[in-house]
Formats: sequence, C-alpha cells, structure tokens
Amino acid sequence: MSYQFDTLTLHAGQTPDSEFGARAQPIYLSTSFVFKDAEQAAARFNMERAGHVYSRISNPTTAALEERIAALEGGVGAIAVASGQAALHLAIVTLMGAGSHIVASRSLYGGSHNLLEYTLPRFGIETTFVDPRNLDAWRSAVRPNTRLFFGETLGNPGLDVLNIPAVSQIAHEHGVPLLVDSTLTTPWLLRPFEHGADLIVHSATKFLGGHGTVVGGLLVDGGRFDWTAHAGHFPTLTAPYPGFHDMVFAEESSVAAFLLRARREGLRDFGACLSPLSAFQLMQGVETLPLRMARHAENARRVLDFLAQRRDAGAPISRIVHPECPDHPDHAVAQQLLPRGAGSVISFSLAGDRELGRQRGRAFIEALKVFSHLANVGDAKSLVIHPASTTHFRMSDAALAAAGIAPGTIRLSVGLEDADDLLADLARGLAAAGKVSVGSTPAPSAPATGAAA
Amino acid sequence: MNLLIANQTAYAYTGGVAAVATDADSARPAVVFIHGAGQDHSGWTLQSRWFAHHGFRVLVPDLPGHGRSAGTPLASIEEAADWIVALLDAANIQRAALVGHSMGSLIALDVAARAAPSRVSHLALLGCSVPMPVADGLLAAARDDEATAWQMINDWSHSPRGLLGGNTVPGVWLLGSNRQLMARQRPGVLLAGLDACRRYAPDAAALAQIDAAIHIVAGSADRMTPLRATLALQSLLPTAGLSTIAGAGHSLMAEAPDAVLDSLRGFLLP
Repeated sequence: MSYQFDTLTLHAGQTPDSEFGARAQPIYLSTSFVFKDAEQAAARFNMERAGHVYSRISNPTTAALEERIAALEGGVGAIAVASGQAALHLAIVTLMGAGSHIVASRSLYGGSHNLLEYTLPRFGIETTFVDPRNLDAWRSAVRPNTRLFFGETLGNPGLDVLNIPAVSQIAHEHGVPLLVDSTLTTPWLLRPFEHGADLIVHSATKFLGGHGTVVGGLLVDGGRFDWTAHAGHFPTLTAPYPGFHDMVFAEESSVAAFLLRARREGLRDFGACLSPLSAFQLMQGVETLPLRMARHAENARRVLDFLAQRRDAGAPISRIVHPECPDHPDHAVAQQLLPRGAGSVISFSLAGDRELGRQRGRAFIEALKVFSHLANVGDAKSLVIHPASTTHFRMSDAALAAAGIAPGTIRLSVGLEDADDLLADLARGLAAAGKVSVGSTPAPSAPATGAAA
Repeated sequence: MNLLIANQTAYAYTGGVAAVATDADSARPAVVFIHGAGQDHSGWTLQSRWFAHHGFRVLVPDLPGHGRSAGTPLASIEEAADWIVALLDAANIQRAALVGHSMGSLIALDVAARAAPSRVSHLALLGCSVPMPVADGLLAAARDDEATAWQMINDWSHSPRGLLGGNTVPGVWLLGSNRQLMARQRPGVLLAGLDACRRYAPDAAALAQIDAAIHIVAGSADRMTPLRATLALQSLLPTAGLSTIAGAGHSLMAEAPDAVLDSLRGFLLP
C-alpha cells in the first residue's frame, strides 16, 4: 500500500545502495556517469533509455531529493536547482518568452519582486502586481498574453494567505497555470496542488533544509495543467522544439511535459543545477520535516500567545501579524488551508512612530540572547530582524508604511528551542524596548547576538 | 500524428520521428504499442522511441476516448481489437508486431487470435493474464469514486520497491505521474476499460492456434496479473516464450524501462 507522509519524508525516492548496501543516501559527487556500451550512450542521449549522463542535467543524489519532494507535494515530479530564485526563474523561462505577461501577488519576497519588476522586463516579460486578497484585481489584470499567475502561500511581509482555490480558479478560467512559492509552509503545512495550484517553487534553503546550512531550490509540477488544451499559449510545450530534434514535449509526456522541457532545456542551457552535496544536506533536513514543522508551529503559538498577553498587559506592542490571530485579514482562509498551523514567521510592531519606533526596534533586537539577528527565515534556530534598520533601512516612513512595515516592526522566525527560553528572551527584548521613550537614547548594549546565538 | 478511424480523430505517437502514415511501401517493420485501462500512449515513450530510432515504424495510439483521441471508450476487448485493425488500415500497415500492456495485451491477443491473425507478425504481452479478473471493489470505485480507484490501482500496480520511488527517469515520482495520468482521462474511461478486461473470455482453441511469434513479459512482483496467472496463460499459448523481470510490479514499463526494452529487443529484432 502507498505510504504516509512521514514515511515518505524518510524513504521516498531513495533506493538502498546496490553496491555496498548503504542505508543513507549516497552522495554521488561525480560530474558524469560511465556508459555501459555505445548503444546505451546513444539511447540515453536520445531519451530512449532513462539514466544519468551529466550532473548539470541530472544526478542520482539530486534525483532522490527531487522524487522525495514530488512525493511529499503529491506532484508528478520535481527539479532541484541552485536556489529558490533559480527555481522561480526556471519556471518562468520554461513557460514563456519575450512578449509574455505575468500576474503576480504584490506580497512577494523582495528578490522575487525584483526579478519580476526590474529584471524580466529587460527580457520582454512584464508583470502586473495585484493585491492578493482582491480577486477582481487578479481577474482584471489578465491580458491576452498572460501566461502565469504567481503568489506566495504566505506572503511577505504581511503573511497574507493566498486563497489558492479562488485564485487558481480565475487562472484556469483564463487558460493559465498558478505557480505558488510554498517556502514558508512546506508540504507539511499545505499541499497546494490539492487546492488548485499547478506548479510549486520552494526555497529549500528555509524550512525544507531547516538548518541554515545550504542554499537550494525546488520546482515541482502537479501534472494537472493541460498544456495541450491551451496549445497556443504554451508553444514551448506543444510545438516542435528545434533544440531537441523537434521534440514536442506534451506528446512525449502527457503529465510531465513541463518538467521535461525544464530539464532538457532549462538545466542544460541556463545551468542552475544543485550540487549533489547540497541535495544530500537538504535530504537530511527533509527527513525530520514533520517533527520540525510541528515544533515550529507549536512554538509559534506559544510566542503569539505571549506577545498578546504582554500587549494586553501594557507592553509597547501596537500590532501582531500572523494568520492565526483572529484579527488577521486572512484568518478564515488560514483556518481552511492551514489547519496544522500558519507557519512560524511572525511579525509584530513596537509602538512608536518614526524615530521612537526605530529606536525601540533596535533596543529590542540588541537585548536578545537566543534569537539570532540575521536576514533569513526557516532555520532550526530562532531568528529575528528589524526591517526598518536593516533590510529596509533606506526607506522613508511613508514607503515603509506602503510595504506594510512600521518603524518598530520586528520579524521573528520561531525556531525549535525550548519555548520557555524563547519567551524569556522576548521578555528581555520587550523590557529594553519599553525603556525607550521619545527623545531618549538607548543605553549602550552588547552587540547583536546573531553570531553567538 | 492524427488518423481518421470510423470518422473520428485518433492520435498515435510515432516514437519521436516524423510520421509516415501513408508510406505503404515502407520496408520498415511496424510495431504497435497498446496501452492499458485509464492510460494513454505516454506509458510507452521510452521503449517506443528506441524502436522508432532503430529501423522500426512505430505507432502508439491513444485508444478511443483516451488521451488525445476522440470518441468514447470501446465497450469490449473485441471492439478494441477491431479498432486496432482499423488503425493498421488507416496507417497503411499490412502486418505489424503488437505489444500490449494489461488491457492492451488482451486487445493485442484478440487481434492475433480472432480479429486479424494474418496481420500480426509478433505478439508481446506484458502484465497479462486470461482471464483478467478485476476486483468488485475496484470496479465500484471506478464507477462511484475515481480518486479511490486511482489510489487502489497505484497501490496494486507497483512493486513494494516502486511504492517508494527510485525511478530511473530522473525526478519523476511514479505514483504521482500514474495517478495524474489516470486523472487526465475523461470520466468513465477507466471503468469501461476495467469492465472490458473483466468480461473478456476468448476461445481457448483460438488462442492455441495463434500463428504469430509470442513473447510474454511478467513482473515477478505483479499483484494485478500475478506471475502464477501469467504462467497459466503461457500454458494456453504453446509457442509463447516468457521473460520475468525480477522485482517489477504490474507497471513494469515504468518501473523497469530498460529491462522491458531489452526483453522486447530480444524478441522483435530480426
């Protein structure tokens, strides 16, 4: 019988080593693979026989990771690449070329926003950004040359929950697929294909890998979108491809044509492959995904409850942002799509406009001993950043407000430590922030704790 | 390529080479690969590409109502066998090797035993048994709850090893792709195929008199058409050879594509 999710996190895609019987996934750190004979060599090049030829295109270790993630997502297959950004790029360039158009949520990770807003237009691909909660905006942004909808399952920075059933329905009404970035949710919290998404990208660097040690990305195909039914929209999949003997990918594979082209062209020509060593490290993380995500969700709830209690008791907290909070605009959607939890990234704002908020943010961060001050999420260790003094420090208060960030906004990525230690750390930070008042200068303190935490 | 059969469009994959549908003078031996219930041509991609690039003329049709072919699924194995003969006519193929998997193997068998024995040079039967019983629970699921039927088929048609993956095609998750391929078919297609398999009861005497060369390929871990049932079939086909692929389940072309290809090469190459 088919295996359950937790079993697949440990076993899917991995065949015990036939030579030595190694139980762990071997790391095949080899650029290329010896052919048995000339017939096999020619057949592998012409896709008459399956197998590995050259590690830019495929590799046994990397393929095991790909299968595992595809199994966990309920997809038909996956491609591992060098980063989450490489996965997003590969998805887009596999589907379209110059003259195409994307409709995307405006609540995106900054790197993704930059790719769509500034970089891809240089190559003739334009994007219209919409409020992800405004379904009419998605619909009205569609143009005749629209080829993709794109959003994050949990958006940045407001933790918007993408209404995948509704947005995918609009996409499909217009003959385009929905691609979602599922980095913050992972398949343990949400399996987007079950709700209507067609393609998934992950920054595996975050919760999938889970230990802050390796950069990687994954592109997963649900196999549900019928490219042939919209053949005029997707000639990369439905028309002969001169770059591979006039292959028509949608005829070669009824359900995995997208992956076939992405590998045969995208990895071959753009070359953003994942190292087998990185694939191994990511698999190590995935093996404990269910255990880690459950603990992330549990600790996040403890932190949310703590922040709410402190706010009610008079701590200088003006706002707590997380989809599990009843006042979050997407609380109902989160209850529908994310019953196990809405992730462990939390943002909250320390009260105070302009300089007071910024000073309180700095004081809070500098008082922390356990949370590490750095620009990442999804580590096993708890992380914190103060956007107004770091990632967004050049922005005016007005620009920050437009991005949903207050001067005192703090972003937490709640890790796996003992929750009591995390709450004690946050209490330290709140106490320090509470001592800052208008015109005061924060007392000199120890350097930020990132390196030591 | 598209062909017109009984006034309906029929799609046939040609192994990745240009189609030569009207080339009646072609000296190349023809091979027709026939898919199983709820499937389409894409299950044969690897093997058919090899033969198409090694001197064979290849046709891999989507049966009526399946994949890219129009119409509704044919109600019986005999009707499907007659349709394969019509396919040969439409493609101007006088004689062909027929390679069938599961339901497709019954269709190939019926062409060789009843519909057009003289037009079959070779008969390769993969995942085959006669009779081919279908569990009542699976039939009921195919009728009332297709998603459950897809799950049951995935569970039963893959070997214990296959249920955990380790695909030779990099990055493709077999259970996911097989489920999605079944989900792509129109409602009722799977039920019609399973019911046709269940009802097929050929004349044993006709089977014994098949003139074509016969080769049976079985997966040792097949739970849909178990090896013991395949051996019983071999006893009905006195001239049939048998090759067993160790560890493979019913989805043997996907689980062991190279072993299947090598077995077919040994049988079909002059």
